[in-house]
Amino acid sequence: MASLFEYILKTPVFTEALKSSDGTQIEVIARAIEERARKRFGRSLHIREVDAGSCNGCELEIGALNNPYYDLERFGMHFVASPRHADCLLVTGPVTRNMADPLKRTYDATPAPKIVVAVGDCAHDCGVFAGGYGVVGPVSAILPVDAVVHGCPPEPWAILQGILAALEERA
Amino acid sequence: MLADIAIELLQLFIVTFGSPLLVGVIRKAKARLQGRRGATIFQPYADIRKLFLKEVVVSENTSWLFRFTPYLLATTMLLSALIVPVLTTRTPLGFMGNIIALMYLFLLGTFFLALAGLDAGSAFGGMGSSREVAIAALAEPTVLIAIFGIALRAETTSLDGIITRFAADPLLMLNAGHLLAFFAFFIVALAENGRLPVDNPATHLELTMIHEAMILEYSGRHLALVEWAAAMKLFVFLTLLSNLFFPWGVALTNAPVVLLAAFLALAVKLLLFAGAIALVETSVAKLRLFRVPELLAGSFTVALLALVTSFFLK
Amino acid sequence: MIIDSTIMLDLLFVTLVCFSAGALGALVTARSPTLARIAGHGGALVGAIAAFAFGVAGIAGWRMELNVPDLLPIGGVALGVDRLSAFFVVVIAVGAIPVALYAIGYTCEYAGKHSLAGMGSAFNVFVAAMILVPLARNVLTFLALWEIMSLASYFLVITEHEREDTLSAGWVYFVMTHAGFAALLLGFLLFAHATGTMSFADWSAAAAKLDPISRNLIFLLLALGFGSKAGVIPLHVWLPRAHPAAPSHVSALMSGVMIKLGVYGLARVAFDWLGVGPVWWGGTMLILGAVSAVLGVLYALVEHDLKRLLAYHSVENIGIILLGLGAAMLFQAHRLESLAALALIAALYHSLNHATFKSLLFMGAGAVVQATHTRNMEEMGGLIKRMPQTAALFLIGSVAIAALPPLNGFISEWLTFQSLLLSFQISAHTVNLIFALGVAALALTSGLAAACFVKAFGITFLALPRSERAEHAREVVKTMRAAMASLALACVILGVAPSLILAPLEATVFDLMGAHADLRFNLNAVVANGGFGWLAPLWLALGLLAFLITIPFALRLLGANKQRRYYETWGCGRALQTTRFEYTATAFANPFKRVFSLLYRPNKELDIEFHPESRYFVRAIAYRNEGRLIFEDALYRPLLRMIESLARKARVLQSGSVHGYLVYILVALVALLILTV
Repeated sequence: MASLFEYILKTPVFTEALKSSDGTQIEVIARAIEERARKRFGRSLHIREVDAGSCNGCELEIGALNNPYYDLERFGMHFVASPRHADCLLVTGPVTRNMADPLKRTYDATPAPKIVVAVGDCAHDCGVFAGGYGVVGPVSAILPVDAVVHGCPPEPWAILQGILAALEERA
Repeated sequence: MLADIAIELLQLFIVTFGSPLLVGVIRKAKARLQGRRGATIFQPYADIRKLFLKEVVVSENTSWLFRFTPYLLATTMLLSALIVPVLTTRTPLGFMGNIIALMYLFLLGTFFLALAGLDAGSAFGGMGSSREVAIAALAEPTVLIAIFGIALRAETTSLDGIITRFAADPLLMLNAGHLLAFFAFFIVALAENGRLPVDNPATHLELTMIHEAMILEYSGRHLALVEWAAAMKLFVFLTLLSNLFFPWGVALTNAPVVLLAAFLALAVKLLLFAGAIALVETSVAKLRLFRVPELLAGSFTVALLALVTSFFLK
Repeated sequence: MIIDSTIMLDLLFVTLVCFSAGALGALVTARSPTLARIAGHGGALVGAIAAFAFGVAGIAGWRMELNVPDLLPIGGVALGVDRLSAFFVVVIAVGAIPVALYAIGYTCEYAGKHSLAGMGSAFNVFVAAMILVPLARNVLTFLALWEIMSLASYFLVITEHEREDTLSAGWVYFVMTHAGFAALLLGFLLFAHATGTMSFADWSAAAAKLDPISRNLIFLLLALGFGSKAGVIPLHVWLPRAHPAAPSHVSALMSGVMIKLGVYGLARVAFDWLGVGPVWWGGTMLILGAVSAVLGVLYALVEHDLKRLLAYHSVENIGIILLGLGAAMLFQAHRLESLAALALIAALYHSLNHATFKSLLFMGAGAVVQATHTRNMEEMGGLIKRMPQTAALFLIGSVAIAALPPLNGFISEWLTFQSLLLSFQISAHTVNLIFALGVAALALTSGLAAACFVKAFGITFLALPRSERAEHAREVVKTMRAAMASLALACVILGVAPSLILAPLEATVFDLMGAHADLRFNLNAVVANGGFGWLAPLWLALGLLAFLITIPFALRLLGANKQRRYYETWGCGRALQTTRFEYTATAFANPFKRVFSLLYRPNKELDIEFHPESRYFVRAIAYRNEGRLIFEDALYRPLLRMIESLARKARVLQSGSVHGYLVYILVALVALLILTV
């Protein structure tokens, strides 16, 4: 127990400053969210991550956002379990046939105002799975998307930038 | 009369607006212990503000009880804020109930929240309700035996009275029974407020949730009220712990200067408790659900020991 | 103020006339079921109202004596009223009035299948006997009325005799109540023999001269007899069988009111007839109360039969009442009279409260059973939308029985806690420890009771209906709802303004014990032991109401989003959301089954039916997790086996030969002659 505490107290804070990611595209589709919502989301954003059939490469990068290096929470963002608690849906993967309906239901279960950020090349245009028999289409075919973060998989910095960009865009 | 109203409003203000800050401080302390920066200590305020902006999505399976419960929860917490001696031992509305009435007021909130969890007809909600009431029921004996021990030494169950006795006669607190009762009460505080090792407030795994599982269906202003009520419950519990067991700094009169000193003393004590909770949460893992009764039985034994020492040391 | 008044006699006469009219009326109109039930239960209703007036007058101090010498041997019929008797008459009336009103509507479903005339007349006899029991003033009157009450209730319990479990439940009830009767008979006869008189009034003076062995024996016998009627563990086995089997209005009366007569008997024994007893009397009472309370609620937690759940809760509440009684006896044994009075007030208050909310709950359960034709909670659900008023009234009953503020259950439990906590004024370590365990037991009980009623209300009324029958449930008739509403109102009033009942209770206890309770109260606040405990029920209720109203307004002012949208329950995006995803009662009780598995000793049965083609595909899973009743296994079955084996051995005496029997008679005659001469 004492050695655990010693280790905890000796370990410094690892969080790194937000840096812009090189070579990754962030695409923002201008949609009108109410100004008040934008300002409040800027201080507190609850995110629900939905895996619509991805290979989990993007999930690993998204999961990294919670660790001390990237530390999502310092921006006021927080992952939640229930879409009822969420403001932002973070969707990955080409939308497969089995996940199309659950994805739509998740979106409908989220209270307005809400934004959708599509993460990864698969979410943008089905990536390497384009044209497959099990794939319905990109996320934009099912949900209205506010921002797209390209990459396969995109770096955690890029994902953060994408979410922040979706909030900054003015209608 | 006017001074009484002012004090009660002040208490209400402190509990209502101080509770998100307390939660923020605990989260910040945990973040630092985990080696990351974490959100600001004012983050819970931003969360609540944002939630009031959102619409409410209500399940078709629910009834009026679901929509009524958040208001009832907030009501019971605000009422308890009026009764608990936050700053002074001359709480004007303290006569409304003693410590037993306070515990039952909390149970009222838990009862309705558990019903609301069942109302949506989801398996998560039912599971959360079942676990929550099991833990609340098993924590009750510990609380009341600890209260028995305190009431024994202070010769009253009125909250103001207990603090006055202990503040006037600090030697009453200088025995093993007092410390044991404090530990038992602390464990119950962790259990009732859904803190590790009983329940992880930051978990996303529904199968491990207890309090969270009951509120999975809530959104918008309802969720804001439920989360706020949970923060207020933690605040009131910690205030009780600080003022009942370590009454130094509590105002014995209602003069403004003394009240200010009491406020500062309370802030310091709550800060220390927040640090302690953050330490506990960082160093222990969540207990398996069916080990929690063992923990509560242990705390019951500690409380009983505290009581027995009080009997034999009289 | 003690007024010997003929008005009381008149009221009593009116009461009896109404009940007789009801009983006869039901029999006379036997041909028309509707008339029979209205006549029978209407008569009972009016009789109960008259009894209520009688009881209230009795508590106010009015007295009455009635002696009919030749109706019964050894003393005849002797009736009299003092404040304690009057209080219990009020308790009975408070239960009987709404139940009679309720029964008018409820019994219509028995038309054609069972004799409504029989039900109506038995009901009248039952309630009349219950009202007269507290008024009995000598041994034979008491026993005769007690027996009439038991028989009438037996016939009501086996109304649905076509069901096999009803008959066996009735049989167990019959045996247990007569076992209790035997104990009472023995106790009374011993007492009468030791003091030389059969009249209750002379007993309290004469009891001081009894030797300790007789006193203890009498106490044990009478406690056994009254305890079995009250349903104290381990004499409770008839309760969870008889109460569910009986029609709901009868269950309401039996559970809410009849078992209180056991409490009446215990109070008489401990505080009136036998005088101050040794410490172990009170200690035993307290421990039995604690055990009944905890075990009662633990058994209730794992029940799916709604009525059996409520029956076990009656055991629990009797335990709580006994905690108060035991505390009072202990305080009295240590000469702390005012604290004893406080504890007794708590016990009596809880008796009244239990009558109100238990009757309300049983009536609600009856309404639900009538609407869904099942008693099994696992088949109910979603009734809050189909039976909104019944649901709301059941909710009030649930909040009351879970002892939550601001309703009446909270007040009496608070008072019980205060009296238990005040035990620190006794300086005997064993007694202190017993009280501490009593506090722990009461706390555990109240927590578990809240949990149990979350389950009872939540599974029965909330979410979606779990069966066709629940889906087609409809609200019950207005008279039934009105009856329930009156009791709900009583729960609220007794919770918000307890001083209304505390004043008469204080007078009653002073009458009985000669001591004023250590309690100050007015409309505003209740104070125990000069500041040991404060409570302001009215303020609490007003505070709750005030905040409930201002919070939505404040939110609206602050500009919170008012929109509400309806959507499906969050099921992780699952396409199919059926009632099979809801939580079941078995699942809800599972944590408790695990924690207290030592008590339940559950038998888990898991049947998995696989698809014939492959074991990877499951067709159906049946899960049963039932507990075993330890008292039946550990106590009653061995006892019954022993009795059976003794009886088998005694069969030797039944030789079948007339000559043998003649010899027996001769021997018995000679023995009697030798003994008496």
